[in-house]
Amino acid sequence: MSEESVLSQNFEIVGRDFSNAGKTSTSIKEILQEIGIDHSIIIRASIALYEAEMNVVMYAHRGTLTLNITPERLHFKLEDNGPGITDIDLAMKEGFSTATDEMREMGFGAGMGLPNIRKNADRFEITSIPGEGTTLDMIFCLNKTGKK
Amino acid sequence: MILKDIKELLQAEVISGEDSLDLEITFAGGSDLMSDVLAFGKPGILLLTGLSNAQSVRTANIIDAKAIVYVRGKKPDDEGIALAKEKGIPLLSTNLMMYTACGLLFSHGLPGVSGLSFKK
Repeated sequence: MSEESVLSQNFEIVGRDFSNAGKTSTSIKEILQEIGIDHSIIIRASIALYEAEMNVVMYAHRGTLTLNITPERLHFKLEDNGPGITDIDLAMKEGFSTATDEMREMGFGAGMGLPNIRKNADRFEITSIPGEGTTLDMIFCLNKTGKK
Repeated sequence: MILKDIKELLQAEVISGEDSLDLEITFAGGSDLMSDVLAFGKPGILLLTGLSNAQSVRTANIIDAKAIVYVRGKKPDDEGIALAKEKGIPLLSTNLMMYTACGLLFSHGLPGVSGLSFKK
């Protein structure tokens, strides 16, 4: 099977810009719909992306999302220059949150984001260096192999 | 239950989507926390929320919600309304509190996300 990229595109996400938070995920959902990706995969990918985008807006100055689509999979890589996560195992626990009141007023910060990304993605990896930033890799399989 | 029945039960005002009141609604869920909506919501949900910023509409669009009812008299901002029109998500607003609005719909037979429905 070919791993040739069908579409590759970068998106910049601006931190603390709450009024535009979620716009990138909304645009990518439209792209996935135009390509004709399976509806259930679009929903899972959109939810994971939206959570990840909100994390960048809430915690980082900026982030870069790279969307890469091949016939076999959707791959989203999100790199931010936020404060990083010291204890990833703790951050992955449902309910654990370091959100501020401002974030909660936006309807976020319930400590569900990272666990929800892991739940929705077929493959999810997170690496983080405190003081430098966090990188998320989210993969959604387009064929039955490896699919949730 | 169609959206028009929900509008009448909740004595709600239609903010946008007046021409979509015949939409069939099969289940609903209520939360002010978009994190929870993303975690527990399902495509086709009628979302009841008191969160009135644009995130409520963006979240509804991400999970393919059918419509939004704002409780406690809340109304979304212009950006939220514009996105809802673009995506075809009807918006309603009721002065009822969350508990009362959800209770009325549930007791009139509209199930929750889990499929649990009212039994007399």
